[in-house]
Amino acid sequence: MSLPLPQLPVTTHRGSEIMLSRVANSLYWMSRYIERAENISRLLDVNLQLMLDFSHLDDEQLKEHWLPILRSAGDEETFFKHYTVANSRTVTEFMTFREENPNSVISCLFAARENARQIRDQISLEMFEALNECYLFLKSKNAREIWDSGAHEFYDQIKKYSHLFQGLTNSTFSRNEGYEFIQFGKFLERADKTTRILDIKYHILLPSVSDVGGAVDAAQWQAVLRSASALEAYRRFHMSDILPRKVAEFLIFSPSFPRSIRYSLERLYQYLHLLTETENGVCNTPEEEAFEKLLGDMRTLSIDDVFNLGLHEFLGNIQSTIDHLDDFIYQEFMYHPPTDMEAEIRLHQQEMQQQQQPAA
Amino acid sequence: MPMLLDSYDKENFFDEMFDEEAAVRPHYRKVLERMQRLDAGDYHRRQTAVDLAFMRGGVTFTVYNDNQGTERIFPFDLMPRVIPAAEWERVEKGLIQRIQALNMFLHDIYHEQKILRDRVIPPHYILGAKHFRREFMNCNVAKDIYVHICGTDLIRGRDGEYLVLEDNLRCPSGASYMLENRAALKRAFPNLFQSAGVRGVDNYAADLRKVLNYVTPDNIGSDKPNVVLLTPGVYNSAYFEHAFLARQMGIPIVEGRDLLVRDLKVYMRTTAGLMPVDVIYRRIDDDFLDPSVFRPDSLLGVPGLVNAYRAGNVSLANSIGTGIADDKVIYYFVPRIIKYYLGEDPILPNVDTYLASEPQDRKYILENLEKLVVKSANEAGGYGMLMGPWATQEEIEDFRKNIIANPRNFIGQPPISLSRHPTWVGDDFEGRHVDLRPYILFGEKIKVTPGGLTRVALRKGSLVVNSSQGGGSKDTWVLHDNE
Repeated sequence: MSLPLPQLPVTTHRGSEIMLSRVANSLYWMSRYIERAENISRLLDVNLQLMLDFSHLDDEQLKEHWLPILRSAGDEETFFKHYTVANSRTVTEFMTFREENPNSVISCLFAARENARQIRDQISLEMFEALNECYLFLKSKNAREIWDSGAHEFYDQIKKYSHLFQGLTNSTFSRNEGYEFIQFGKFLERADKTTRILDIKYHILLPSVSDVGGAVDAAQWQAVLRSASALEAYRRFHMSDILPRKVAEFLIFSPSFPRSIRYSLERLYQYLHLLTETENGVCNTPEEEAFEKLLGDMRTLSIDDVFNLGLHEFLGNIQSTIDHLDDFIYQEFMYHPPTDMEAEIRLHQQEMQQQQQPAA
Repeated sequence: MPMLLDSYDKENFFDEMFDEEAAVRPHYRKVLERMQRLDAGDYHRRQTAVDLAFMRGGVTFTVYNDNQGTERIFPFDLMPRVIPAAEWERVEKGLIQRIQALNMFLHDIYHEQKILRDRVIPPHYILGAKHFRREFMNCNVAKDIYVHICGTDLIRGRDGEYLVLEDNLRCPSGASYMLENRAALKRAFPNLFQSAGVRGVDNYAADLRKVLNYVTPDNIGSDKPNVVLLTPGVYNSAYFEHAFLARQMGIPIVEGRDLLVRDLKVYMRTTAGLMPVDVIYRRIDDDFLDPSVFRPDSLLGVPGLVNAYRAGNVSLANSIGTGIADDKVIYYFVPRIIKYYLGEDPILPNVDTYLASEPQDRKYILENLEKLVVKSANEAGGYGMLMGPWATQEEIEDFRKNIIANPRNFIGQPPISLSRHPTWVGDDFEGRHVDLRPYILFGEKIKVTPGGLTRVALRKGSLVVNSSQGGGSKDTWVLHDNE
């Protein structure tokens, strides 16, 4: 009786670059968490500033504004375990500092740093130091004080840490398999977050009969762009006013703006094929096929097609397609069946007895 | 304005920096001159900058006294400990002699056991020892090297003579601090370093890597072995060191869950499937290494690893079973071990030791508990120790009971008044007790890194230097010359 070998190729490969599955997993999550923290920071920052323009809102209106933002990170239930009202203060605090919220800025950055700590031998000293400094900043009282006295400065600091980290990754990390996992994680997170930013405001981006663009809506469209750091890029691209369909078009289809969905998916595609070591266009699994089709849509559809399909549905489809792709990468590279310790112990004890028998 | 160290009082101790007449020793002259060009504020600023750099770089160890592990820096004192060339030469010779003899001892113990048959050591001390691994009898290790990495603790008493306090032959730690301390001091005092004529320690990681390559099992038939560092994981207090050394050596750091044994071969789980592992620098104690042989409840280890090791398909550094040689009772016999295998007198003497299991010694220990240091045979990190002269009556009676119940487990030693070193205590220098842990690497040759980790008991009057007990550390300079 012996355990079957896990269904994985055994190689006799020696001496060249080797990457543990656990390391790949940590690099990927380190990168995703940092990108996530940056996106949440920007989203909160922009919306807090937006609220400054609408200081007369009542409780119900505030709730209406903040609930979709809360929902976009999928944490509504946890939120109401800790707070009774959803307003600027409570939602931003929850999404920034609450460690009970796994997607708060602080949780994301602590998790990024913990992943980095697990693979300290794999990343450059500079990368670790940048992340560790961010961690120490968040742990200090100073962080909370800065946030209390003006959240903008705080979120700015977080974004800077993220940019510093990503810049250091570009300039100090070898272009190997590890880099591909880092980039894959980053662009997957970014594509997902941009769909969510759009989804929060999808109703104000829909073309409607009363599409006259009041002052309130214009401010909100701007906010959507700024949530993706896209306001200036948009202005350079469209000399015209900020129009809802143009905003949606830009954030979905821009082939050159680095936070647009299409751009992120194109990069994701590139790193997918580097990881699987396959030619572009080659698909071996349904997940890869679905993603290939999605990318085809991104290259051919127009914004009118999207509105006809339904913006919300369109975004939802993107989210679920890359979610499946994510599962595929995990299964393919990071997952090994967990060790059944008891079975392993039995197996090796039997082996030992067999060895000893001839001598006895 | 008074200069730093002008009012330093060496009191009635052997001081590393100042001689009997309170004059600076020749090998400290350059350091002292440089330090005295600073004022207290200057010095303090540099010290603070170093502490911050350590924190930022994550040069920390983790303390678990609540649910959340707290990361702390291992306090580093900027004032270096200096050792002149001639003094070091003797230390080096003594350490090489000692590791040679201990390595021969381990080979003998796990094979013919001649030393027991010749009655140099009463057999029951070995056969009943906690760290004697009988599973490992008659098993050959690559190149017959058992102890690849050794960190021997040395102290100096009132007359300044170097004594061996203990041999750490299992998983000695601290080498990363030796390297980080040196890097920090170079940043804080770049010019001083150049002019003082200090020997480099930076080759440690490269040397260690060579040792690991050297002990590649013959079975592999490749001169490019896959070498890994096995850590208990990120929550281990020495995790920083594991990651640091792995990075410096360019080898992967693995946890037990990353490894798998099949057909007496060790594999790691990589993105490209299972890949062979040939040499393991393991930082997990024997007890936790393989739950199919040792502690079955250990989740840190790798089932089947010992079998693969016995089959000669993988090398471990250090070997399994080396703990028998740093048992504090066996320590008592090391001078005899050296004589027996090498026919030489020990260059570095032991501290006088009494064995509680010998009736006469036991009597002496029990009658003098308040004057002696009593140690458990197999504890490390400053735990399981009675400091008689400073202990409460209750602690003494506790030990008395334990000694009577289990005499094999205890030794007694006269307290040694460790040498002291000027140490920054926040606003000025005061004398604090120090020891020295040099690192010895055993591969194709035996190599002692010129320097090591000087540990300092930061609490006033304390003789306990362990990091877990309020100790700090210093950079250790071995000079090319004698001053």
